[in-house]
Amino acid sequence: MTPAMTQTVTPQHETPASGPAQARPRRRAPQTRIAGLALRTPYWVFTGALAVVFLFPLVWAGVASVSPQPGSNQINGWGLGNYVTLAGYQAGVWQYVANSVVVSGLTVLFTLVVSLLGGYAFARFRFPGRNVLFLVVLAILMVPYATLLIPLYVLLNSLGLQNSLLGLALVLTMFQLPFATFMMRISFESVPRELDEAALVDGCSSFGALRRVLLPAVKPGLITVGLFAFLAAWNDFVAPLILITDSAKAPLPLAVANMRQQVMGVVDYGATQAGVVVLALPCVVLFLLLQRHYVQGFMTGALKG
Amino acid sequence: MSVQQAPVIPPPAGGLPPRSRARRLRSSRGAALRGWAYAAPTALFVLVFFVLPILLVGQMSVSDWPLLAGNRGFNAPDNFRDAVDNRFFWDSVVFTLTYTVIATVLLIGLGLGLALLVQESGRWKGFLRTAILVPSALGLASASLLFYALYSPQSGPISPLLEALGLVEGPVSFLGSPGAALWSTVFLIVWRFAGFYMLLLLVGLQGIPHDVFEAARMDGANRRQTFARITLPLLRPSLALCTIMCVTGSLLAFDQFYILTKGGPDNSTITVVQLIYNVAFQGQNDLGIAAALSFIVLAALVVINVVQFRAMRAPEGK
Repeated sequence: MTPAMTQTVTPQHETPASGPAQARPRRRAPQTRIAGLALRTPYWVFTGALAVVFLFPLVWAGVASVSPQPGSNQINGWGLGNYVTLAGYQAGVWQYVANSVVVSGLTVLFTLVVSLLGGYAFARFRFPGRNVLFLVVLAILMVPYATLLIPLYVLLNSLGLQNSLLGLALVLTMFQLPFATFMMRISFESVPRELDEAALVDGCSSFGALRRVLLPAVKPGLITVGLFAFLAAWNDFVAPLILITDSAKAPLPLAVANMRQQVMGVVDYGATQAGVVVLALPCVVLFLLLQRHYVQGFMTGALKG
Repeated sequence: MSVQQAPVIPPPAGGLPPRSRARRLRSSRGAALRGWAYAAPTALFVLVFFVLPILLVGQMSVSDWPLLAGNRGFNAPDNFRDAVDNRFFWDSVVFTLTYTVIATVLLIGLGLGLALLVQESGRWKGFLRTAILVPSALGLASASLLFYALYSPQSGPISPLLEALGLVEGPVSFLGSPGAALWSTVFLIVWRFAGFYMLLLLVGLQGIPHDVFEAARMDGANRRQTFARITLPLLRPSLALCTIMCVTGSLLAFDQFYILTKGGPDNSTITVVQLIYNVAFQGQNDLGIAAALSFIVLAALVVINVVQFRAMRAPEGK
């Protein structure tokens, strides 16, 4: 039974993958071709199953959020009832989305500005303490989140930044600095020195050279840094959990997590699914659009290993 | 406010002293000043939000510091004694280590397998790569919430599916028993991070020169020999990086257990970081003891990472 199935099933997969190469296998002896297909079938089944395992939870969340289920706002038929629940939860979902947008926007902005200037400094200038500062920045990676968040909670209170989205964004920026600074330093170092030296000789200030000549050259690095900063800030859960105590100022992940414990201990899974969709959608879309830059970030990250 | 403005001020300062344009290139003192001006925002961030907190956590760990009352003076070594005496301390250490070993072995093994599976180019493999990578765009908290619904007895699709296939009788409780909760969380972590480690190892694989494989093939090495004698040794730096990242990340696990299990059932899934959070903000409300715990975790992590670096660097020195 298995060989028969093999013959009928495999060509479907084979044809779209190898369009122009199709003519070649025809010339081979038919037995080897069938044997080849029979050998390949477990491969297709296995890899197909892998793709399903990784994609299924995401697709399921999307479908389940609009499908009927008991205990949610969408009991009969398909519709957006769960999103209505989400929209009406406490301060309203728009408030939480706005909080997340503000925090992510500020984090991306701070990270880009600080790492652009820092990367320029580390790549192009020699100054006392340069190596020490760079090592201290990388040391941020070594220190547990919780070890820093407990004192930061106290520190932000004394700076008057308790419960503030600005304070949260500053903390999240700090956690981004090791990767961002490293990435921007590499980006600047890969630009030929002659480029900015020519600009300096032509009378540009060092800032002018950075703005007019180097900025366009390091743009791919900036996109990667910005993408990682956005994903980290949009998704962060622990920092707001500790630093934000006013529930109206909670970013989206915290709000959706809090939402589960509402309504007399009964969890509204429909609304949770809707929340997950709202949380995941921007990340997945950005990821698919900027996949190249995401992979680029890993290339750089792996270089230091 | 001054903190907010800080990143904006330095650039003009960097271009400030236009003494003599020609001399500027050569003057190393000017260059040093400008270098510091550009590095100032980084230095300020690191100082205020990293160095200062580390010093503060040191001070807090030897002080009586309730959450609401603030600093009430030196009390060393009470906090450290209380931290170790906490009735969940050793349980959480053992659980965290168990979880770390399981997660690291699975993630590195699967990451390597997946990387080998999808390393050649091609449309289907490109699609596979993307499919495996998409979950890593999600936040850990979003992924945990997603699996919280996926595992739920009310709306989860897995249990009915298994029942329909006749594999189990009655609904499966994914988070009901300590073992099930651990493995359900591990599955979530594998789903979320396998693509991440696959990508890191893929970059490592692509760094291996092609002629090495070619030479091995000419010498008549079979696939297994090539993998054991060439791929694995040359992939060592990437594997080391992945292991260190995975061990560090797993030791500090928090989001997934906080959202999926809340430390239950029967307090069986409390990780060390969750213990710190509970001591600081839930119930005990003692920042001093939490700081002492954080300090212990920091020290342990430094030791573990130094050991890992040593272990992985050793053969290269020969």
